[in-house]
Amino acid sequence: MIAQSFQYESPQTLQEAIELLHKYGDEAKIMSGGHSLIPMMKLRFAAPEAVIDINGIPGLAYIKEEDGMVKIGGLTRESELEHSDLLAKHFPIFADVTKLIADPQVRNMGTLGGNLAHGDAANDHPAVMLALRASVVATGAEGEREIPIDEFFYGFYMTALQHGEILTEIRIPVPPAGTGNAYHKLERKVGDYATTGVAVQLTIDSNGIVTAAGIGLTNVNPVPLRAARSEDALIGKPISEETLKLAAQYASEDCSPSSDLRGTEEYKRHVTGVLVKRMILKAAERAMQ
Amino acid sequence: MLKKITVTVNGTEHTAEVEPRLLLVHFIREVINLTGTHIGCDTSSCGACTILLDGKSIKSCTVLAVQANGKSVTTIEGLAPEGGPLHPLQEGFKENHALHCGFCTPGMIMRAHELLEHNNNPTEEEIRWGIAGNLCRCTGYNNIVKAVQWAGAKMRGAELPNTEPEFRCKNARRRIAKYGAGVRISSNTGQHFNLSTN
Ligand SMILES: Cc1cc2nc3c(=O)[nH]c(=O)nc-3n(C[C@H](O)[C@H](O)[C@H](O)COP(=O)(O)OP(=O)(O)OC[C@H]3O[C@@H](n4cnc5c(N)ncnc54)[C@H](O)[C@@H]3O)c2cc1C
Ligand code: FES
Ligand code: FES
Repeated sequence: MIAQSFQYESPQTLQEAIELLHKYGDEAKIMSGGHSLIPMMKLRFAAPEAVIDINGIPGLAYIKEEDGMVKIGGLTRESELEHSDLLAKHFPIFADVTKLIADPQVRNMGTLGGNLAHGDAANDHPAVMLALRASVVATGAEGEREIPIDEFFYGFYMTALQHGEILTEIRIPVPPAGTGNAYHKLERKVGDYATTGVAVQLTIDSNGIVTAAGIGLTNVNPVPLRAARSEDALIGKPISEETLKLAAQYASEDCSPSSDLRGTEEYKRHVTGVLVKRMILKAAERAMQ
Repeated sequence: MLKKITVTVNGTEHTAEVEPRLLLVHFIREVINLTGTHIGCDTSSCGACTILLDGKSIKSCTVLAVQANGKSVTTIEGLAPEGGPLHPLQEGFKENHALHCGFCTPGMIMRAHELLEHNNNPTEEEIRWGIAGNLCRCTGYNNIVKAVQWAGAKMRGAELPNTEPEFRCKNARRRIAKYGAGVRISSNTGQHFNLSTN
């Protein structure tokens, strides 16, 4: 399969990339790892007039801790997230999630920025970012703006990024002691998109009371979903049979999956609840360590 | 508009004018005529087109040739010199019966190459996760796992594992009753086995 013809641009600076985006207007697409974009272009679901390859711009791939935040450059590859010691320290959830995204070759190309900017509720990172209460930095002609993750996903393949803006950084607050996080997805085979996926981050105080909770769901809603009622069901209480049951029930009620090859709506609601319970327990276990 | 690119493939620089939409795998197979890299699914699922781009295994059906501009590519042809000794991975696949039709083999080997670079003594689980992006319709993967372990052992200078394939004779009990235990039989790979029930 061959994509429709396009102009290929490989800017060497962010400034140049932004100028090119303005020059080509709506017909331009940014390319990071290309592992969602190229398949769509080959299938002719996308036919941009110009592809602006940002891989030649130095300084867009990094993982660092600064001002109480872990900052990840938009162009950071999945394989770099998978093997980062800094992330492993605060966020074992990254090892959970990256291992379940596609396969090693795809992870050598795919980037965190591209995974989020694609705006696909089937992708795994959006749910993780919801659980971790991340924010996203967009850089455009007017400079940078920071977008909280709850305001980032708009609709099917739609995000808050405006034309001419490049997702340059992801910021994640470093969680306090007593925090644990975990992700798992149900998949038909290794590397498949999720039938359902659940990301959880919990902070638990010395009395065993949950003081903060973040829960994100993958591929069971038109947009990546925060399971807000499930979070509320946990806060201010110890983890118990009762709170687990409520959190699971609310998530399965509040999501909106569609029946497809991966399962019926009813099945997906059910297994979402099951995974919510399991990930709460796993995050809690990690929080106590 | 054509774009001029220079790519170092297996140590040799190639310069060509290509359409931006040309896929790297087509550049490798059709522009510089190295057909060891296969195209299986053309949808980044099977791994047959796996090559190394600046040392990292990638699926060349999902990368544009223009993305390889100024970079180095290694294909299966680049692993061992023509007529020279095989690369330990190639030897491992040969010794362990890790291929039948051979269609998946170049991609499997290029993927395993990066895997062994990071860890030359991987466990079975690490290998199975490591080659999760490569499909094989023939072997059932067991001998591929063994081949990668064998190559790892060879590369780190350890003792080489036994390459005898696992062989279970379906009708062992009946045959033993007929011929007696310990009788040697030949398999269709030309090897000999002693009949036993375990
Ligand atoms: C076989 C296969 C299996 C996969 N399985 C999974 C899976 O299980 N889970 C999962 O989460 N993903 C999966 N993916 C998708 C993969 O993770 C993609 O790499 C990812 O979705 C997109 O990242 P990318 O860097 O490749 O982005 P690209 O493909 O380069 O871009 C994707 C979109 O985002 C835009 N974009 C990219 N970067 C930026 C930026 N910095 N600023 C603004 N816009 C930008 C592009 O214009 C494009 O519209 C799979 C892909 C393949 C090929
Ligand atoms: S041909 Fe590239 S992954 Fe199958
Ligand atoms: S040997 Fe035939 S596909 Fe693997």
